[in-house]
Amino acid sequence: MPELSGAPSHTLSEYESKRRLASLGVPVAAERLASTDAEAARAAQEIGCPVAVKLCGDKIAHKTERNLVRLGVDSAEAARAAAAELLGAARPEDGPVGVLVAQMVSGRRELIAGCVQDPTFGPCVMLGIGGIFAEALADVVFRLVPLSPADAAEMIDSLQNQKMLDDFRGEPAVDRQMLAEVLLGLSRLVESDPQILSVDLNPLIVCEGRPVAVDALIEVRGA
Amino acid sequence: MSTEILDRFRPLFEPRGVIIAGASSHPGKFGFVAAHNLLSEGFAGEVFLTNRDGAEILGRKSLTTIDDVPNGAADLVFVCTPQKAVPDLLRTCAAKGVKAAFLTTAGYGELGEEGKRAEDDLVALCDELGMLLLGPNGQGVISTPAKMCAQIVAPFPPPGKIAIASQSGGFVQAFQNYAAKTGVGVSRAVSAGNCAATKIEDYLEYFAADPETAVSLIYVEGLDDGRTFYETVRRATSSKPLVVLKGGATSGGQRAAASHTGALATDDNVFDGMCRQAGMSRATSIEEAFEIAASFATHPIPRGRNVFVLTTAGGWGVVTADRITASRELDLMPIPEDLKAEFDKRLPPRWSRNNPADLAGSETRDTVVECLDLVAAHPDVDAVLLLGVGIQSNLAAMERSGNFYPDHGLERIVEFHERQDTRYAQTAMDLEKKHDKPVLIATELTDCQPENAGPRTLHDAGSLAYASSYRAVTALEHLYRYGQHRSRR
Repeated sequence: MPELSGAPSHTLSEYESKRRLASLGVPVAAERLASTDAEAARAAQEIGCPVAVKLCGDKIAHKTERNLVRLGVDSAEAARAAAAELLGAARPEDGPVGVLVAQMVSGRRELIAGCVQDPTFGPCVMLGIGGIFAEALADVVFRLVPLSPADAAEMIDSLQNQKMLDDFRGEPAVDRQMLAEVLLGLSRLVESDPQILSVDLNPLIVCEGRPVAVDALIEVRGA
Repeated sequence: MSTEILDRFRPLFEPRGVIIAGASSHPGKFGFVAAHNLLSEGFAGEVFLTNRDGAEILGRKSLTTIDDVPNGAADLVFVCTPQKAVPDLLRTCAAKGVKAAFLTTAGYGELGEEGKRAEDDLVALCDELGMLLLGPNGQGVISTPAKMCAQIVAPFPPPGKIAIASQSGGFVQAFQNYAAKTGVGVSRAVSAGNCAATKIEDYLEYFAADPETAVSLIYVEGLDDGRTFYETVRRATSSKPLVVLKGGATSGGQRAAASHTGALATDDNVFDGMCRQAGMSRATSIEEAFEIAASFATHPIPRGRNVFVLTTAGGWGVVTADRITASRELDLMPIPEDLKAEFDKRLPPRWSRNNPADLAGSETRDTVVECLDLVAAHPDVDAVLLLGVGIQSNLAAMERSGNFYPDHGLERIVEFHERQDTRYAQTAMDLEKKHDKPVLIATELTDCQPENAGPRTLHDAGSLAYASSYRAVTALEHLYRYGQHRSRR
């Protein structure tokens, strides 16, 4: 996670991060925040299984490393059990926590998008090819905030692996207009709040051609 | 706004008179070279040489003190003195009405903390005096409309429309050498040194407003204020193209750059994105940087992606087709039916009947000119590449220097060949102007036989000939991209 060296910062919870992004037009997976295992079971039923169940809190930034994510949970009962287990795994230093129950979004292609503070140019929006080959491909593009619609369109056109955005193994082409809206939403978010240091949408899964943010993290200035 | 910036830089690029402070009679010193270059290239304004001992320099008497310069006679002081003499010198110059100071003097920000303090003091002093400060640690400034060659390096390039600002003096020199070689000339050039007060973006703002300049060419390593740079570039590209070469794009280059100008290089992906967003053409090499700028200076912007290749050399046509097919910006358009029909009327059946149109050695006296005319006039064609120019004159040169010349009809055929290549080059330039679309000529003879009638005709007319079709396609990509940037915003 890029951040300005030395400056104190903290992250918003995944739930809160997604709420802020959704309000600016970034599509996020359907989800509910539950505070008990019973609520988690009900949420799974409402959303429809399979779901993802994750521990969620302001101070939890590295869920995967701590094994705080359960994917493909396929019944309300299983969601209850997963929630109970995750709530039990919370540490005192995590502060107030809940359980996020989210729709499982499936697609073969993953993108990554976000914002960073460049030491020379200030806030930038980033877009790249995500997934397990992300680092090997290193196919990322940046533009400075604020983005114009022309900038967003050119950003998508600038990715090297254009074929990954076309019809792909039976999945429709990526909706470039929707992807541009994600980038413009990120730009608006950073413009509207100078306290934001970085934003990560990782992964941004391409589901039926539509980019959907499955995980999101906003880092803001201050302790 | 534009008047203000023109006024601010007039003392630098169009000074009434120039003082060389620290002029020297020793040919090995900067103070000698500066005086030599300024005087020998025919600067139109007055020149004052100052030297502590009043030595005779290049047959001229020098002044022992700035006090002897008449009030208001000089706008620019070109400083070759040691650092400790600079503050008093600048105060005296300001009292004499000097408005700009170019400092070759080293020992400032490039030398670490202590040097940085001296540089800050220098900036503060020039602020107080209301003086434009250029450098320090720069190699000079030239302005061809004023015939001013105030630099401690060579060459003085031919006049033209490219304006150069560089954080490396060596690259000002390299760009000027390319200008001399290609004949595509320069309006202004400045070695910006440490950019203590006047930054690359300040020069850019001036170039954008300068009527003598059609395209700007810059070399940057470090930027103090990326946002201001970006905003300035964006404004500048809304009126004129701008080409950038960035040093320190890799971590190895960044270490070299940090020790060079004392500035931190930024993440290269961000810089690259910034270039695209601001409509600035980014070159990947020093020679490409000049060539793109020269292309902007001499060729129009294509309106679309469709490139048509006309060739009398089959292999060149094939590899050029490959290169255009691989391009993300350009299309190797299919040959339009009406064009094919017109070609059929003029060529024997063995011609390629496709794009590239390979005339297959079947050309007679007027075929190339007629076909080129048809292609350039076609409304679907956005840019034309003509390959094979110079082949006839290449042979003519061999025949002219051979044992049998001028007998056996050789004199007549040599003249015919050379006339034909001259005609092809001239036709390309005429059609480019007439249809306002790029008609580019690429041949290795540009490099290998610059006296060849084909490339020579372009060179003498100040147009850029390309040494290979790959380079011509790269140039077209940059021209196209800039055109798109302008039309989308």
